[in-house]
Amino acid sequence: MATRQEERLIQERKLLLSGNEAAAAAAWEAGVVYATGYPGTPSTEILETLTTYPGVRCEWAPNEKVALEVAAGASLAGVRTLVAMKHVGLNVAADPLMTLAYTGVCGGLVVITADDPSMHSSQNEQDNRNYARFAKLPLFEPADSSEVRSFLKEAYLLSERYELPVLFRMTTRLCHSKSVCQAGSRGETKTPGYQKDFVRNVMVPANARVMRVKLEQKLGRLAGEVESTGLNRLERRGGTGIITSGNVYNYVREALPKASILKLGISWPLPRKAIREFAASVERCYVVEELDPFLETEVRALGINLSETPHPPSHIGELSPEAVSALFDEASSPEAAPAAVESPGTGEIAPRPPVLCPGCAHRGVFMTLKKMKLTVNGDIGCYTLGALPPLESMDTCLCMGASIGMAYGLERALAGDNKTRVVAVIGDSTFLHSGITPLLNIVYNGGRTTTIILDNSTTAMTGHNEHPGSGRTLGGEPAPALDYQALARAVGIRFVATVDPYDVDLFRLTVERALEFDGPAVVVARRPCVLLPQVRGTVKPKVRLDPEKCTGCGACFRIGCPALGQDEETGKCRVNQAFCTGCGLCTTTCPCEALEL
Amino acid sequence: MKAQEEVTNILLVGVGGQGIILASEILCAAAMQSGYDVKKSEVHGMSQRGGAVNSHVRFGKKVFSPLIPAGRTHILVAMEKLEALRWAHHLAPGGVIVVNDFRLDPVSVSSGKASYAGDAVERLRAADDRRVIVADGAAGALEAGDLRTMNTLILGVLSNCLPFARKHWQAAIGAHVKKNMLEVNKRAFETGRSLGGCVTPLEQA
Repeated sequence: MATRQEERLIQERKLLLSGNEAAAAAAWEAGVVYATGYPGTPSTEILETLTTYPGVRCEWAPNEKVALEVAAGASLAGVRTLVAMKHVGLNVAADPLMTLAYTGVCGGLVVITADDPSMHSSQNEQDNRNYARFAKLPLFEPADSSEVRSFLKEAYLLSERYELPVLFRMTTRLCHSKSVCQAGSRGETKTPGYQKDFVRNVMVPANARVMRVKLEQKLGRLAGEVESTGLNRLERRGGTGIITSGNVYNYVREALPKASILKLGISWPLPRKAIREFAASVERCYVVEELDPFLETEVRALGINLSETPHPPSHIGELSPEAVSALFDEASSPEAAPAAVESPGTGEIAPRPPVLCPGCAHRGVFMTLKKMKLTVNGDIGCYTLGALPPLESMDTCLCMGASIGMAYGLERALAGDNKTRVVAVIGDSTFLHSGITPLLNIVYNGGRTTTIILDNSTTAMTGHNEHPGSGRTLGGEPAPALDYQALARAVGIRFVATVDPYDVDLFRLTVERALEFDGPAVVVARRPCVLLPQVRGTVKPKVRLDPEKCTGCGACFRIGCPALGQDEETGKCRVNQAFCTGCGLCTTTCPCEALEL
Repeated sequence: MKAQEEVTNILLVGVGGQGIILASEILCAAAMQSGYDVKKSEVHGMSQRGGAVNSHVRFGKKVFSPLIPAGRTHILVAMEKLEALRWAHHLAPGGVIVVNDFRLDPVSVSSGKASYAGDAVERLRAADDRRVIVADGAAGALEAGDLRTMNTLILGVLSNCLPFARKHWQAAIGAHVKKNMLEVNKRAFETGRSLGGCVTPLEQA
């Protein structure tokens, strides 16, 4: 029986949606029929959710560049498309993006960039608002899930009105925060059709020069429209005026309840006239924004005399209500202006950083690489945790796919034509994203580098997403699974081996052979992620401890398994049976044979 | 109970895998069904298993920030006691801590780099401007029939501190747990609720 309140909520169609869920709902309501992207925190759930809606083709592309190009093609057919990615993904997609601004689009095309201030799950915190200015594209910045829904629908209308791709910027705090939304219904979809247009779609220099001028004309028209758009909102209160955008608006509302606010929903191009009028109407005008002084620089360039907050913003990390308060708090010390919300460093509380899961096949790999004293160029994924204590067996992590190029460059610079103890370690999804071309580079340039592909059959860290090697599509349909060995051979690698990383002795032997081999080598360490449903479903015997044999030497703790702890009273090992998956790696580390399967 | 104009802040903390996110979903659903505006915020990604996890839940007539301002948490709900200690500074004066008397060693402890604060509960109680409710979640969940229902049991304890009717809690649980786990979760919730703990704590806060 539904309660009265439940009935009311159902009647009002009120839902508690995350920013990502709201984006999926809005895309469906806007009549999007094609959506692509590459998983990346905090953007992943947008496509994961959208694929559950009917009538939308949703695909994971191998990387963000491919995703945007697919969407550009679909847009040529006149249909509405969505592309979703994390902030650094837009670097990969920047090549098509910069020129897509020139060609423009037919069907509405929106690129969601999910930025990660404070780097909760990223290698940098680049502010992708800069891409709007750089690529000369309109930029939308919603503040909560409800605005995600209304803004995204507006973004499609604007995209088609100006025939421009639209950048839609979200941040971790928006993507992964839930707020109350109204449910909607599916809008009309467009009938596909194609019209050839040489000048518009073929970006040879002569045509690009024509489209370059057209782009500037579009931006000129757009600059007029943003002066009156309902997405920019003026809230008149006290004499202190704040210009802000996105989720930061919520912090400003909370920290400075008496301030007048000019909230920009479209933050590029800027409504210059509206900003001038707002600045002139308040006693003191400030800009409050997260990361780069993007709005501040532009507002100052208009010749507006912005006031300085008592404490200057650091431009580092995520804001919060208290961080905004601190900027304006005359009484507080400069140190009190926090850049980010972080767990306290009281020193006495043992830290609990993320760790490789119990039973993770990567653990044995890193344990072995550490024993072998190899220099390891790592990459982006769960396995980056292999760089942290107690495993500490990764030397570098730069960006998606960088491991292979870096390992080759390092080896070449260190030893010329000779082999070194340098290896590249890269996950399966990351390898398919951008690891194939650097592998080709090693072969082409006569290198000898060893590459270890950690194949766990999934894009694990983002929440188990399918990829071209997983045998499944985003929608769960069967798909051809890439044969890594065949690919490596086709590229020209002559030493190719696949090994189960649970068999640590064989894995070590295989890597030694690869390092000895006179030429580049690829070792595929294959074992599906222990958290995949089909793996979790298999019941395995768990590790047992013989307390008589355990001396409490702590050797097993050096593999960093969360299932192993030290008994407070006896000092001996304790196996948490709820966590243990029975991988047995710890049994290979125990000198007393106290741990057994 | 506080007037609806004010926002109530609840911070749920624990270890990845303990069901923090599910617990916060149920809490939000109960708040929504009780007629409040609700926001919640958490960070996913690097902490599937074994990392520290937190979820900010806020409800009231109108909520702006999805993040609880530092030091303004009315109720800290900790599924693990070291995590309660880690986040205790977030509590407002006069706030309530609901802590599961449950220990999970972080790898920093098991690998010998740090030591576990075995006296976590005593340290939580040392400050006198707060109320600490300790529950043995593991025992209660096992009694209900499944250790994995520790999160629902702790919600049951929390429910005594909040102005939501039992039917809203039950509907919220029904909407968020799998069918085959529904009965055991309902039992765990009731077990937690029967442990009592606090009545109208928000007025004190």
